[in-house]
Amino acid sequence: MENVVELKNVTKKFKGFSVENIDLQVKKGFVTGFIGANGAGKSTTIKMIMNLLKPDTGEIKIFGLDYQTHEKEIKERIGFVYDGNVFFEGLNLKDIKRIVAPAYKHWDDTLFEQFVDQFELPLNKAIKTFSKGMQMKASLAIALSHHAELIIMDEPTAGLDPIFRRELLNLLQEFMVDGNRTIFFSTHITTDLDRIADYIAFLQRGELVFNQSIHDVAENYALVKGRVELLDRDTEKAFVHIHRAPTGFEALTNNVNAVNNTFGNSVVIERASLEDIMYYMKGRESYV
Amino acid sequence: MQIIIFNSSKEPIYEQITNQIKSSILAGELKEGDVIPSMRKLAKDLHISVITTKRAYEELEKAGFIYSIVGKGSFVAEQNLEMIREKKLKVIEEQLSMVIANSREIGLSTEELQQLLNILSEE
Repeated sequence: MENVVELKNVTKKFKGFSVENIDLQVKKGFVTGFIGANGAGKSTTIKMIMNLLKPDTGEIKIFGLDYQTHEKEIKERIGFVYDGNVFFEGLNLKDIKRIVAPAYKHWDDTLFEQFVDQFELPLNKAIKTFSKGMQMKASLAIALSHHAELIIMDEPTAGLDPIFRRELLNLLQEFMVDGNRTIFFSTHITTDLDRIADYIAFLQRGELVFNQSIHDVAENYALVKGRVELLDRDTEKAFVHIHRAPTGFEALTNNVNAVNNTFGNSVVIERASLEDIMYYMKGRESYV
Repeated sequence: MQIIIFNSSKEPIYEQITNQIKSSILAGELKEGDVIPSMRKLAKDLHISVITTKRAYEELEKAGFIYSIVGKGSFVAEQNLEMIREKKLKVIEEQLSMVIANSREIGLSTEELQQLLNILSEE
């Protein structure tokens, strides 16, 4: 399968924080959700994908091209939605359009007007008067109006009400009906991913824990509950992290088959949500 | 084509889709050569991810229920003998269930019903 974004061994170090040895592929025609706790390095990774930050080492290719020689061509094909307003606050949407549109060869005025209509955005009011949701809609209208093949979004649903979040997901699904399009977006709201994501990339403390299809995640990871006396040094190996309580244990496994073989019917096995996985993986850290 | 997804079911969503399309084909609601929606359109309509409908279609193709032509879409396949057999079996099961229900109404035991079946089979 074709990769639209490819990171090979990418490292970026800051004082007291780093993103290290990231190997990440984003598959063409699919939605990849990018999850991780605050400070895990999601925004840093996205900035490197957007060439807003340069990696210290490693290679980044977008559409198979690199930024050194094809920056303009790559940017032309990306629609970027950033958390928060990136435009000058005093401007209105009409002015912003006038500035942004000439930068894109494939800018489509009709499409832009359609989004402005659909999102009920005022063209003549300064952006600073917009609510958070309206600002997000404005960013989206601009990002989607030049027929981009790749949409990259950093926390697009943060701070949005549930109704607009759902509308946004509908819009993104419509966008994906054309199989040549790809979406990569980071989020904390993992229920958004349950609905539209095909692949999940999970970043923790600057390292990529996994990048798997939602089916692989569902088949490998599970929550296991049982009586504490079932646990010993050998049986514990089946788990990523274990919470013990006087009433029993609850643990995350990344190998459901091993748990089945070890415990059989003596434990309860439940589907692990992405939140469960993030939470238990975080718990594992504190023991290291 | 009607598909109803039960989100809190234990059965994975892709399986719900394959089973419902299979039943529609076996029940004759979908016929050989009928166009079924593209996996991307179906994903959008059902509000689920593309990879889920992709998996469902792959399973249906493997089982010979549908086939896809690149750029044209997916179609209900010509039904092979095994499928027809499965289809018939389903009908027989339904008919037998009715027979059993009727027998219960008049208090006919399973043994008596079996005897009746044996006699009729020998004729």
